[in-house]
Amino acid sequence: MTLVSVSGNLLFIAFVCYLAATLFFGGAVKSSTKEIATSEKRWGRIGIIITIIGFISNLGYFVTRWIAAGHAPVSNLFEFTTAFGMMIVGSFILIYFLYKTPLLGLFALPIAVIIIGFASMFPTDINPLIPALKSYWLYVHVITAALGESILAMSAVAGLIYLTKNIDLTKKSKQRFWLEAVMLTLVLVLGFVASTTTFKVMDYEASFNYIDKEEKADEITYNVPPIFGMNEYEALTPGTMTPLVETPPIVNAKKLTTVTWSLIFGLVLYVLIRLIIRKPIAALLQPLAKKANSQLMDEIGYRAVLIGFPVFTLGALIFAMIWAQEAWSRFWGWDPKEVWALITWLFYAAFLHLRLSKGWQGEKSAWLAVIGFIIIMFNLIAVNLIIAGLHSYA
Amino acid sequence: MNKILCTCGHENPKGTVLCGSCGRPLTEEASNQKLVDMRYEGSARRSQTFNKSIIDKVWNFFSSVKVGVSLIVIILVAAAIGTILPQVFYVPATGEAEIAAYYERVYGTFGKLYYQLGLSDLYGSWWFQTLIGMLGISLIVASLDRVIPLYKSLKKQRTRRHESFMKRQRIFGIGENALGENTFAKSEEKLKSLGYNVKREDGAVLGEKARFSRWGPYINHLGLIIFLFGVMLRALPGFYVDETMWLREGETRAIPETPGYYLKSDEFILETYDKEKADEVFNDAIERVGTIASNYQTDVVLYKKPEDALPGQTDKLEEVKKDSIQVNEPLKFEGFAVYQMDFRLDELRSMQFNLSNKATGESLGDVSVDLVEPEMSYDLGNGNKVELLGYYPDFTGFENGEPQTQSPIPNNPAFLVKMTTPETPKGETSFVAIKQTVEPFGENKYKLEFNNVETRDVSGLTIRKDKTLWVLALGGLIFMIGVAQGSYWNHRRIWIHETKDGHIAVAAHTNKNWLSVKKDLDQVTLVANLPPYIDQHDLEALEEKKDGEKSS
Repeated sequence: MTLVSVSGNLLFIAFVCYLAATLFFGGAVKSSTKEIATSEKRWGRIGIIITIIGFISNLGYFVTRWIAAGHAPVSNLFEFTTAFGMMIVGSFILIYFLYKTPLLGLFALPIAVIIIGFASMFPTDINPLIPALKSYWLYVHVITAALGESILAMSAVAGLIYLTKNIDLTKKSKQRFWLEAVMLTLVLVLGFVASTTTFKVMDYEASFNYIDKEEKADEITYNVPPIFGMNEYEALTPGTMTPLVETPPIVNAKKLTTVTWSLIFGLVLYVLIRLIIRKPIAALLQPLAKKANSQLMDEIGYRAVLIGFPVFTLGALIFAMIWAQEAWSRFWGWDPKEVWALITWLFYAAFLHLRLSKGWQGEKSAWLAVIGFIIIMFNLIAVNLIIAGLHSYA
Repeated sequence: MNKILCTCGHENPKGTVLCGSCGRPLTEEASNQKLVDMRYEGSARRSQTFNKSIIDKVWNFFSSVKVGVSLIVIILVAAAIGTILPQVFYVPATGEAEIAAYYERVYGTFGKLYYQLGLSDLYGSWWFQTLIGMLGISLIVASLDRVIPLYKSLKKQRTRRHESFMKRQRIFGIGENALGENTFAKSEEKLKSLGYNVKREDGAVLGEKARFSRWGPYINHLGLIIFLFGVMLRALPGFYVDETMWLREGETRAIPETPGYYLKSDEFILETYDKEKADEVFNDAIERVGTIASNYQTDVVLYKKPEDALPGQTDKLEEVKKDSIQVNEPLKFEGFAVYQMDFRLDELRSMQFNLSNKATGESLGDVSVDLVEPEMSYDLGNGNKVELLGYYPDFTGFENGEPQTQSPIPNNPAFLVKMTTPETPKGETSFVAIKQTVEPFGENKYKLEFNNVETRDVSGLTIRKDKTLWVLALGGLIFMIGVAQGSYWNHRRIWIHETKDGHIAVAAHTNKNWLSVKKDLDQVTLVANLPPYIDQHDLEALEEKKDGEKSS
């Protein structure tokens, strides 16, 4: 077995551990009425032990891949996103030992699982470093930034629990709608994983010639059936589906198709879930969340931001600026990724200041934490995939 | 200025909400509240006290957290809008007309609108910079408005607080005094072992920990102010240099904006990962992506002109050092840094022509023309001469009979030449390019024919000097110290005192992290037998407690 396959197996073990630990935390939360507090302790302890085993295996993946590649595995979208998922689990373990709340695991681990699953949809080859990435600042900057983001993500997890518990799901309201929208978004990510995996298993491939926005001819290969065709496309693979719509040159029809398939799969999945459980997903989770103490969740949400904000500043702004000065000759260049790091930072600065003003605790603060996580994920995914910039390495 | 005299005898400045010494509420509003607002210790802030003159109004505007947060949010949204389309400096077009055309051509009507609204240069726009400036003022005013009264107030605080202050604390408990006078001694001891600074007075104990964390926000704001100041400094002449230069292999050029430094390129190196040579683990990626660059490098020699050299004199350059400039490895000297940013491969360097007699085919000699600095006249001996009448480095065709060039870069060089031989003393004119020879004034006897080119690579280098970097670094460092201080430590206070009727009252306050202060208080309670406390904010826990009491 090569080091690379060992690394892959360790990641898989971690993945399975996180799934298993989720169930145990579920058990811990479900059984936690006052009479059987000991069983909560027992289930919770098993849950955290499995989580830690998974985390160690995950670290094993990280270290072996680092050794195999000769550089830290944070250099493409798969590697970075996986590392982010791993650090979310690490941050959860940290918060668990501070606050001893199994409920947090029940929400945090599935999110980590979805993120790692999402990551593995991107090319997983180990790539050699391009000149711009050849610097030890790659490790310092990316790892610190991801760590900061993962701690900030814990605040969103606490916020989500707070909202699931406190929003009245029996009445129609804006809050109920948006909470379910957050749940739907998570299902849509699963839809992306499901559609990509399906077509990967089918080995689907269709190539096209097209004219790009600079009016140059180019070739592109779809790995999903082409719903949208590139500008002035010309099919190269016989026997594949003809695109239904041709798009103008500015649109990347391949990405649009991938998004559309994810939406289709995700929505089908969501409808199926709703048909089976016969209520909103949030309502399914609410009985579990009811066990939470709102004050404690609010406190965890705030504390996570307090711990994560300085780490994020250091990694995503200060180290980033030092590296940018070395590599690109300027510490700041308004590159989209830089701007979105600044936006994230400004957002959490606003979060902290709003807490100072009365009334921005509890539910409002929980919503802000969830929005903060959405901004982080936007910067992680959309900025790399949609907005092209200097950071588009994947 | 009028003062407010508290019943305890302490004189407070106008605008004080809670007495700086005993904590009694001094306003109607504060005495009606169930819990006191502990922000800034209820001290008198200028912004909350005066609102008459214009200065007051401006001060109050910028000191408001609401205004500060609004500015943050506006900047955040604006910054996001600026990422929808690439900004001008990332667009492959120069000149206003060309840029405008680019946005319209590539992004359609939306692109045109985006450009016309100035969003394509959003971060450089006056209004964006005004917003940043306002945020900077807000940072200064809001900090000053709070930090001074807060400092005075924390300095003056008394050990024994008034009961009205105690019972309005979020964490509060009152009950029997189980240990008598011992309560205070034991509390003091335990608090000290927990790392608290303890002040003790007759029948009262105040334990205080990590007060310095209260200064964290103001220190990090100071860091940000220094950082913004550093950014402004760049506008001053001499603080900031940003130049580019194209340097060809073998060429020595003055480095722009530097005091007499010259740079010579020995070689430009472009390396890519090779499946054969690279580590095996990279094979899949190389196969999938195709070519992956591994190194961009310019081997250079840095020279300095001697002090006594005449302007323009370049023959006595002194070698300073040899270096290899790579991405991530700039060449550094005297506060300057030279970066490997770009390259052009195989730029034409010189062209070789052969002059020959058309009829006999006899060669009269070769001419080698340097394409960057061509000589105007070439003597081939025996009375044979070639003169350049015109040089068109990037020839695109004829317009009204005139040859056109679209740039000074020798992409497609063409020449108008005059050939003089003993046989044709008046000279013959010819137009020569790589694949083309035109004889504009009729048939010639001699021809100048292209036969070879020499190429070389060109390095695109950026030259930077940034004297503001240390100011920015200092600002960043102070920010980090402040933000860590405010986030990772928290100011905790525990008050214990004996009430008039002999009960023990406890209260605790922290600015962050209530779990920890509760844990601390639990430990003190255990040792000193203090009465149980409640968290008056945790309504759920209170309800549960009520329910429990009812059912039992």
